[in-house]
Amino acid sequence: MRDAAGSIPFTFDGKAYAGQPGDTLAAALIANGVRLVARSFKLHRPRGIMGAGVEEPSALVTVGEGARAEPNARATDVFLYPGLVARSQNAWPSLAFDVGAVNSLAAALIPAGFYYKTFFGPPSRWMLYERFIRRAAGLGKPPQAPDPDHYGHRSAFCDVLVVGAGPAGLAAALTAVDAGKRVILIEQDAAPGGSLLRERVTIDGEPGVVWAANVADRIRAGGGRVLLRTTVSGYWDDNFLTAVERRVEPGQPAEGDAQVLWRVRAGEVVLATGTIERPLVFANNDLPGVMMAGAARALALRHGVAPGRRAVIATSHDEAYRTAFALADLGVEIVAILDSRTQASGPLVEAARARFVVHAGARPLRAIRRGIGLAGVDALIDGAKRRLLADCLAMSGGASPVLHLHRQAGGALEYDAARGGFLPGAGRQRHVSIGAAAGEHDLSAILTLARVVDPLGPGSPPAPGPLWHDEAPGKAFVDFQNDVTTLDLALAQREGYVSVEHTKRYTTLGMGTDQGKTGAMVALAQIADLRGVPLPDAGLTTFRPPYTPVTMGAFAGPMKGDHAAPIRRLPLAAAHDALGALWVPAGAWMRPRAYLAPDETVAQASLREARMVRASVGVVDVSSLAKFEIAGPDAVDLVAAVCATPVAKLAIGRGRYTVMLREDGMVMDDGTLWRLAEDRWLITSSTGGAARMARHLTYVADVLLGHPRAAVVDVGEHWAGLALAGPQAAAVLSGLTGAEAPAHMGLGDAVIAGVPVRVLAASYSGERAFEVHVPGHLARAVFDALVGAARGLGGGVYGLDAMDHLRVEKGHVVIGAEADGRVTPADLGLGGVLRKTGGYVGWQALQRPALVGPVGRRHLVGLTSVDHTPIAEGAMLVMREGEPPLGHVTTAAPRVAQDGAIALGLLTDGATRHGQIMLAWSPTRRSTVPVRVGPPLFYDAQGARYRD
Amino acid sequence: MLLIPCPHCGPRNQEEFAYERTLDSVVRLNDAPELAIATLYARANPRGQEHEIWSHTCGQWLRLTRDRISHAIHSVEPL
Ligand SMILES: [Zn+2]
Repeated sequence: MRDAAGSIPFTFDGKAYAGQPGDTLAAALIANGVRLVARSFKLHRPRGIMGAGVEEPSALVTVGEGARAEPNARATDVFLYPGLVARSQNAWPSLAFDVGAVNSLAAALIPAGFYYKTFFGPPSRWMLYERFIRRAAGLGKPPQAPDPDHYGHRSAFCDVLVVGAGPAGLAAALTAVDAGKRVILIEQDAAPGGSLLRERVTIDGEPGVVWAANVADRIRAGGGRVLLRTTVSGYWDDNFLTAVERRVEPGQPAEGDAQVLWRVRAGEVVLATGTIERPLVFANNDLPGVMMAGAARALALRHGVAPGRRAVIATSHDEAYRTAFALADLGVEIVAILDSRTQASGPLVEAARARFVVHAGARPLRAIRRGIGLAGVDALIDGAKRRLLADCLAMSGGASPVLHLHRQAGGALEYDAARGGFLPGAGRQRHVSIGAAAGEHDLSAILTLARVVDPLGPGSPPAPGPLWHDEAPGKAFVDFQNDVTTLDLALAQREGYVSVEHTKRYTTLGMGTDQGKTGAMVALAQIADLRGVPLPDAGLTTFRPPYTPVTMGAFAGPMKGDHAAPIRRLPLAAAHDALGALWVPAGAWMRPRAYLAPDETVAQASLREARMVRASVGVVDVSSLAKFEIAGPDAVDLVAAVCATPVAKLAIGRGRYTVMLREDGMVMDDGTLWRLAEDRWLITSSTGGAARMARHLTYVADVLLGHPRAAVVDVGEHWAGLALAGPQAAAVLSGLTGAEAPAHMGLGDAVIAGVPVRVLAASYSGERAFEVHVPGHLARAVFDALVGAARGLGGGVYGLDAMDHLRVEKGHVVIGAEADGRVTPADLGLGGVLRKTGGYVGWQALQRPALVGPVGRRHLVGLTSVDHTPIAEGAMLVMREGEPPLGHVTTAAPRVAQDGAIALGLLTDGATRHGQIMLAWSPTRRSTVPVRVGPPLFYDAQGARYRD
Repeated sequence: MLLIPCPHCGPRNQEEFAYERTLDSVVRLNDAPELAIATLYARANPRGQEHEIWSHTCGQWLRLTRDRISHAIHSVEPL
């Protein structure tokens, strides 16, 4: 028996209470006389505690404060800790006086199919209702601040994974441990025992709970791992399961990880997941005070809490009779046991008849409400309606095996007409179901090796039904969490949403955290009856993971903030920092965007840097570019298959621009190709495409060419790359190397500051330019020498933005901006560089009629702002505002060589539109700029400046 | 998550592998354009067993024979 005063302080809706050690929040609330705990999702009906664990559909609360608040916690699945703060949800201004319920507007406006009809109706209707719905309907609100807790990820292997530490799971885990297996036993409750926590049996002379704790200890002692407060959320392929371990309760600050996401690969899986009790369906079966018989028994026997003073037990089978004994022993007056069976017998029933009023063939018709709670029940007894006064109605419509994991694993279901429900059939992976989850109800049959003593004697299996009745005015709920009633299911059938999958989407049946745990079977029974088909023919909805809600933080685990994705830093990051670089993420890399002088904006700095390159010389870090060396007797075949440009005739020591295609003919990447020796090549390609290119090269080599005698080495991280560009670039280079600079598209070895380097003469800026490749760990001295020499000639460093300005003026494309995966080389004006003989990836697809036809493709164009106003990137290209776009702006830039604003864009039939004036229209940026369409080349059209 | 036996590395988690395509969708470099285009855009998508190309992070390309209903892997061969 329970002490009157609790020792653990907590608050609910701001009011202070105290509970006992081991209490769930639900048990502590009921012990403190709190019956109204929540307002329902759609209809704002008052709700109390209905269940005893994760299946609780109604008592959803927010636990914790501020950033640590956890919405939609089930009050039955939160264990009390000192200082716990819980709040009700979905009620305004207060739980007891909720406007949404009082004006009953919600009920009038949101019948089944409301969302469905609204979404399929005209958009104006949705706009009208949206604000109302958002406030009136909904579960709890997520916290707005970043989650302060840490979440861990753990991986594990085992021979046997047992899910559920009830009697069956404990016995199975112990047997496996004794057989020398590596065992993991997972239990979502805080204590082992499962059903033993709410029964009064002795096993081998010990109370069931003590036996369970001892077995758990023996499993641990035998090397097994017992994870309590851990829920298996998903059963995936090849016996891979995920489980979430709660190290602290919702809202409770943690020393280390608040939760751990386990990823377990198991040899065998034993599903001992037990059952979930089914409700009875009658009018107002959702009133606070109406609860599952098993939950009432758990309150009494596990927590010593009486769920009321006068109780009616309504049941369709023997098991709920135990609740009458448990409650009576706490001093609860048992008004009557209503048994829907006309004939019931057996030791348990006989024992009950000796002590309580038992009505056979009786059932509740309608729960009577007073205030916000239960006052009594109108029942059908001996063929007549009688009113029984009670503040607790403990109901049970049978029990359904928990089949979620079995189904997620691909296991079959078998309908057992005698037991009135689905049982696990053959498994598809290596798993078995045991105990109550497999339909076994008798504890002595589960624990064959133990001596089980049940003081009340055995009952018959809890397997009639599922039952539903719709015979009294008032809402009779089948899905309490989603406010789905018998009328809603009938409406769905009438309106043609016949299949259970359609009914689910039409009525929201089985959605939310509930996922059909309590209501699925009674809903199926009604749907089957309405359709006039046997229950198994009504179908089942898919059992999707997760079994219970998983917080996003558990999925992320430690991979958040700076750990969310690796950050790649340049070998010269420290040198750039010393120069005041402003960093910008470029893919996984951090690259210098610009080097800001005091009081300079990024735009000003970038333009200054770009003009410096045009006027004298600049140094930019291009180390992040992808670089691959391909060597071997067959290297030329591999290069020719990947590169769509002429390859074989390239002279040793020379390079050229190249483009790589996907096999659908679209541009995948571009870069430069260099022949280092007869059988040795270097490909450079885009920073962002590095991983894709690495994969592509090996795909072409291994799959398409069948392992040619050619090695592909990713040398991207080996070489730092420094581009030197401008009219003074050659002077800087020869000044440092003491040798003549290579000719345009030539390459050569040199020594700078005592470091051997490779110099590639290629230009991206339109100026005479060189790429200096130097091993990353030796790059600093070379960088300092280049920057020092450049400064001596009026130059310096430049960043990514300046590089972008320079390439836009020259019409060079960027992978991802202009080459967005939907353009061919011809669309970009590169048709002329392709190899005429084909034989490269993508050559065939370029022959597609849609690609060779003369009209309808989007072409790369240059856009000049007519009035020098900057053009918005991403703007649509239109003839008049509001018209469908003919293209879009891909990159915008200021002019470098003179004042003005330019852009590159993709424009339908753009090559034929040169000279036209269009609008670059961006409603989101509130910008409309008249632009003149022209060729994508704004500077040095003859190409005189970059040649030697 | 599938457990895929890499011929090099043994059974490893699916997250270490990348699916590439079905074997019948490989466009050979010398295929005629009509065949290549049909391979790309007019493929069968049979229910049940399929030959697939995957790659492992170790660099090995693989041919999997896999059931697309049950996800069962019948064979894995190096390509
Ligand atoms: Zn491997």
